[in-house]
Amino acid sequence: MNELSASSRITYRAVMVRPGVARRIRGLSDRTLAWLFITPTIVLLLAINIFPLLWTIYLSFTNYRANRANAPTIWLGADWYQSILTDPDIWAAMQVTAHFVIWTVVIETVLGFGLAYLIDKKFRGHGMWTTIILLPMMLSPAVVGNFWTFLYQPQIGLFNYVVAFFTGRAASSFQMLGDVTLSPWAIVIVDAWMWTPYVMLICLAGLRSIPDYIYEAAEVDRASKWRQFWSITLPMALPFIMLAVLFRGIENFKMFDMVNLLTGGGPGSTTEVASITLKRAAFESWRTGYSSAFAIILFVTVFGLANIYVKALNKVKSR
Amino acid sequence: MKQTLKALAVACGATVSAFGVGAGTTPAQAQGKTITLCWAAWDPANALVELSKDFTAKSGIGMKFEFVPWTNYADRFLNELNSHGSLCDLIIGDSQWIGGAAENGQYVKLNDFFKKEGISMDDYMPATVVGYSEWPKNTPNYWALPAMGDAVGWTYRKDWFARPDVQKDFKAKYGREIGVPKTLDELKDIAQFFQGREIDGKKVYGASIYTERGSEGITMGVSNYLYDYGFKYDDPKKPYAMDGFVNSASAVKGLEAYKELYKCCTPPGASNSYMSEGLDAFKSGQVALQMNFFAFFPGLYKDPNVGGDKIGFFVNPAGPAAQSTQLGGQGISVVTYSKNQAEALQYIKWFSGGDVQKKWWALGGYSCAKSVLNDPSFPSSAPFAKEFLQSMGMVVDFWAEPSYAQLLQAEQKRVHDYVVADKGTAQEALDGLVKDWKAIFKEEGKKF
Repeated sequence: MNELSASSRITYRAVMVRPGVARRIRGLSDRTLAWLFITPTIVLLLAINIFPLLWTIYLSFTNYRANRANAPTIWLGADWYQSILTDPDIWAAMQVTAHFVIWTVVIETVLGFGLAYLIDKKFRGHGMWTTIILLPMMLSPAVVGNFWTFLYQPQIGLFNYVVAFFTGRAASSFQMLGDVTLSPWAIVIVDAWMWTPYVMLICLAGLRSIPDYIYEAAEVDRASKWRQFWSITLPMALPFIMLAVLFRGIENFKMFDMVNLLTGGGPGSTTEVASITLKRAAFESWRTGYSSAFAIILFVTVFGLANIYVKALNKVKSR
Repeated sequence: MKQTLKALAVACGATVSAFGVGAGTTPAQAQGKTITLCWAAWDPANALVELSKDFTAKSGIGMKFEFVPWTNYADRFLNELNSHGSLCDLIIGDSQWIGGAAENGQYVKLNDFFKKEGISMDDYMPATVVGYSEWPKNTPNYWALPAMGDAVGWTYRKDWFARPDVQKDFKAKYGREIGVPKTLDELKDIAQFFQGREIDGKKVYGASIYTERGSEGITMGVSNYLYDYGFKYDDPKKPYAMDGFVNSASAVKGLEAYKELYKCCTPPGASNSYMSEGLDAFKSGQVALQMNFFAFFPGLYKDPNVGGDKIGFFVNPAGPAAQSTQLGGQGISVVTYSKNQAEALQYIKWFSGGDVQKKWWALGGYSCAKSVLNDPSFPSSAPFAKEFLQSMGMVVDFWAEPSYAQLLQAEQKRVHDYVVADKGTAQEALDGLVKDWKAIFKEEGKKF
């Protein structure tokens, strides 16, 4: 018995305890057993992922409205796709989304990598600092949206007071959320505040995965710190940085909750990201067919961009 | 076996207690008859909870309440209705929902019930019957009982107006006494006068107005200016013909005037204000004037800091073309998907009673019954009663079409873009609105 491996012992015990089951299973082939195990997962996947996707694709070609389920459904062909792709408001929403995604990803990557680089130096108290830096990402976006609304309040908001302290302007002289120029940056600042720690965490994992002997070899070769950074640290951490960029890019492309709480898409439509437009079409106007088409367009966009990106990521990793 | 029986008895006892069946419950509740009423979470809802205790005492039917904050109210309950949910047996739905709810079969038609129970719509204020009950409008097809009359009104700081320094400065600047504004121009003067002024060492501002973007805020606010300047939803002789009515020269001026008021006289950061933000601004002593629904006025009058002698109320002032105000308020309807329709109808019958309507007003709800509103003592029954009565005689409502949400979204976007985000001109905003509304009606198959 002592010579048996751990897994064999478990199997042996299972057979000893439940001989009836074992006898029944003994009659099944490995292939049947495998199917038995994965069937529930496949059924679940089909029910909650594949079927809704196919159904959404179907609805996107119809005039269906979820609030008028009894009305006749008319096949419209690609009408919705045509009208969405030629709608200036949709393109404006896509531009707002692009501005938000690009700037949040750039800022979060630069700051996140910088923080990870500092934390990786293992200075005294770095563990405590890591925990403090990670706090914002542990909060709910709804909470973050609400309390930043107060921080941005021109009369009582801490953010305005801090800016006023450094610039000498009156705190109530500018509105971060009500100003057309500032509001797109207001949502970028909040997202960067919340999610930079996440990027930092991934980058930190990348930095910690670089073996010390490479740096030791570089030291022997008298490579400067600057050279070590460009030739060892950055290239070896790059796959991790790219992964963080991918995660944040996808996440921010579908950003809804925080922006909705902060600005509701306003002032006007200045911060109306694509997901807010989609939500309004789907659950306020109840244009289910139209919003299905828009959802498919967004899905294809993210899926296509993510695929191209993953190919680039694989290339970097294989170098 | 004995142990098992004991455990079973204890478990049964616990279950019975958990379901609230005991000495303190009514016989009907013991039979499990409880109905759920859905509404917005605000002051009048608390009054309704209090009022409904009488219904439970009389009928034995228990009441449960589902109240949702205004910002999520439409989303939550329209989702519930559209998904054929049976959460709500009774719903106090917004006036603009009536078209959609009637055409989509979400509300029970009440004509036969009213006839059977002797409930007459002649006993209610005409504006509330049209606004809250009828679909199509101005036809005797009733889907709700007028439950909560409401309209947009204004509050002002009576104590500030009474200050000698304020009176002196105002007269010096405008050549007239400061007082309740009769016109929108006068209102702007007052707001401008207070903007940035120091009162008791504190900087104050002119007015809190509706500017909210996400749901319906800015539309509910700007309408009070648009109507007064001559805006009409369509040609009275040709329904859905909007050119020259929605975007008429006078309507354009109304929109410009609203933007001027927003720019000159609101507190900093008021770019997304609706009911609660207005209340906060007024209660914290930030503003001299506040636009808000009458429903909040009982609570404001009781406020220890700004209520009582410090607060005054007035109706939406007149503009160059008319004196109107935006209708608020709701009717109470029975949800088609309810499994307790009989009990829900019983509630409506009880609610329509004369004494109940009187108590409803006394508790802080706004009755729509003529027996209450036409009572000679009504105007003096509360400091805002006279203004409420006057307002209910000059209300105008937004479209109540089945596609109202789309129509509302279009106006929210066009108006917010112009007023708050400074995009384009007022003429462009209203021309754009006509274009949007035409597209929506075209999709609906309307001819115009």
